[in-house]
Amino acid sequence: MNFSESFQTALFNLLANKLRSFLTMLGVIIGVASVVAMVSLGQGMRAQIVDQISSLGSNILTVIPGKVRQGAGPMGMFMARGGGNVLKYEYFQELRATPFPGIRAVTTEATTSLPVTFARESVFVNVVGTTPELLEIRNFMLLGGRSFSGYDYSYSRKVAILGHTVAQDLFGDPFLAVGASIRVGRRIFTVVGVLEPKTMGGQDLGNQVFIPLTTFRQYLTGGRYLRNIIVQVDEKEHIPLVSQWLSDFFRRKIGDPEQFSILNQQDLLETVESVTGTVTLFLAVIAGISLLVGGIGIMNIMLVSVAERTREIGLRKAIGARPRDILLQFLLESSLLSLVGGVVGLVLGILAGRTMASFSQFPFVLSPQVMALALSVSLAVGLFFGIYPARRASRLDPITALRYE
Amino acid sequence: MQPIIRVENLVKVYRTGKVEVRALQGVTFEVHPGEFIAIMGPSGSGKTTLMNILGCLDTPTGGQYVLDGVEVSSLRENQLAEIRNRKIGFVFQNFHLLPRLTAFQNVELPLLYASVPKSIRVRRVRDLLERVGLGERMHHRPNELSGGQMQRVAIARALVNDPAIILADEPTGNLDTLSGEEIMGIFQELNEEGRTIILVTHERDIAQHARRVIHFRDGRILKNEDVTDRIDARQLLEELKRQRNLLEEAG
Repeated sequence: MNFSESFQTALFNLLANKLRSFLTMLGVIIGVASVVAMVSLGQGMRAQIVDQISSLGSNILTVIPGKVRQGAGPMGMFMARGGGNVLKYEYFQELRATPFPGIRAVTTEATTSLPVTFARESVFVNVVGTTPELLEIRNFMLLGGRSFSGYDYSYSRKVAILGHTVAQDLFGDPFLAVGASIRVGRRIFTVVGVLEPKTMGGQDLGNQVFIPLTTFRQYLTGGRYLRNIIVQVDEKEHIPLVSQWLSDFFRRKIGDPEQFSILNQQDLLETVESVTGTVTLFLAVIAGISLLVGGIGIMNIMLVSVAERTREIGLRKAIGARPRDILLQFLLESSLLSLVGGVVGLVLGILAGRTMASFSQFPFVLSPQVMALALSVSLAVGLFFGIYPARRASRLDPITALRYE
Repeated sequence: MQPIIRVENLVKVYRTGKVEVRALQGVTFEVHPGEFIAIMGPSGSGKTTLMNILGCLDTPTGGQYVLDGVEVSSLRENQLAEIRNRKIGFVFQNFHLLPRLTAFQNVELPLLYASVPKSIRVRRVRDLLERVGLGERMHHRPNELSGGQMQRVAIARALVNDPAIILADEPTGNLDTLSGEEIMGIFQELNEEGRTIILVTHERDIAQHARRVIHFRDGRILKNEDVTDRIDARQLLEELKRQRNLLEEAG
């Protein structure tokens, strides 16, 4: 019997027992669906976090006050900070003035919360005093207008760049903001630029107003302490060296190594990768177990089927079926069951993953590898759990099988 | 003429635990082309064992079995399967049709295992079903057929690969007298066309349809004789029908 005829026979047998075939497939369907949904969700989570960390700029070391607690989770590393006012403006000045090989740019953020007003609209926002390099380092894109110039910075000019949300709230249309005069606290500033929308970990980064650090110090607060100092390294390979040098620098200045931390974007990425990798693996293992259960279901039903069809097998052998014809027929049945289950499971898994993703803040990432893996694993399950019943069928003695009641 | 079956000193011993059962104890005979032989004997006489060996479903413990020029007792499983497929047509007592397949599909089955192309299959199956008088019921399932019709499907299946011999094991055992006689009529017609048939039965009047009877007892051949008072199924059928008509008219 050739392959296509064996295939037709297998299909015919499965369709003859539709309910049973479906229930048997259900195990594989659920297994594959959960593998696909879980792994896709895990990858979506990972992709989003990595994307956010990367969007903060590349090759960046961030010095913050306080000690970062280990094991606080991927996003926790960002948030965790203790300590207080330890990063002095002078350190920043000195760091900027000290050339060290590998450092490409040094910037900082000093922040305060103030009301910003245009006409009758007023919003309470985060005002950030910084240097002209920040936008580039942090990958903020200008929607309109321009960034700060060195001139703005040196002469403490009262110019401001609005985050997208702030511009939206004050002007309705963010494009109208450029060139307008607004009040920041009690001072009048000119808007020179508006930024494109940007979020990080669900947090809106558009609710900020950026002004030159010199202006910040002169007109808003004393600005004696900084929220952070950001160092951009020219090449990835130089990060450890620069990091060590920064550590030594601040230990000398502050004295207590418990009072500050140096965040390495690369470390952060690796931590996230390993954490989400573990989570994905964990989800995949749980889903894989359900696939295993599905496989056992297939084996069980195939054994039942072999027992039920003992006489049929005996007859087929009597009229000329070779052992491998019988083997092929039963193997085709079991692999067809699991492969069809795999395809249905894949579709359901994609639908379920999309639905779950739409209720979370994570995107749905479906990689071709996951699809290929789901299908090949389900086929392998069918073959693996089908081989024993099929061998049993092919080895039946025709005389005994014909007499079987 | 070269015999189609040559069996020499055939021995079959079953071992179940410590008990040894000698089912065949040195059986020798020949079957020539065109013969119609009945093998008769009570249950336990070894006739089923012989049938299984002749049908290549079982292998002998000792002796020689040559089927159509091929020494069969030394063949392996795949080769035996091919012999069963090409050279032997089985007819069983309880028909052994696959319940979910139509008459057509049941007859087609041996051709599938012989890898015969579809166009030839369709023609041959149709011809044979018409030959056994089931041209109208080709696409019926076994449960829509009477016992006699099922056995005719089985005969068509046995003939489909044009085998060297037909082995019929109590083919009328599950049928009423009239249907049984019809089946024996078909066997006699096939034999007249030159088919070699071996029939196993324990009923004397069924055996009398054959041309020669081999009597079995305790794994040995008791008698091997030609049938003198042969029953012609066609005549008997007419007789039976006449009797039934008379009964109906009377009742």
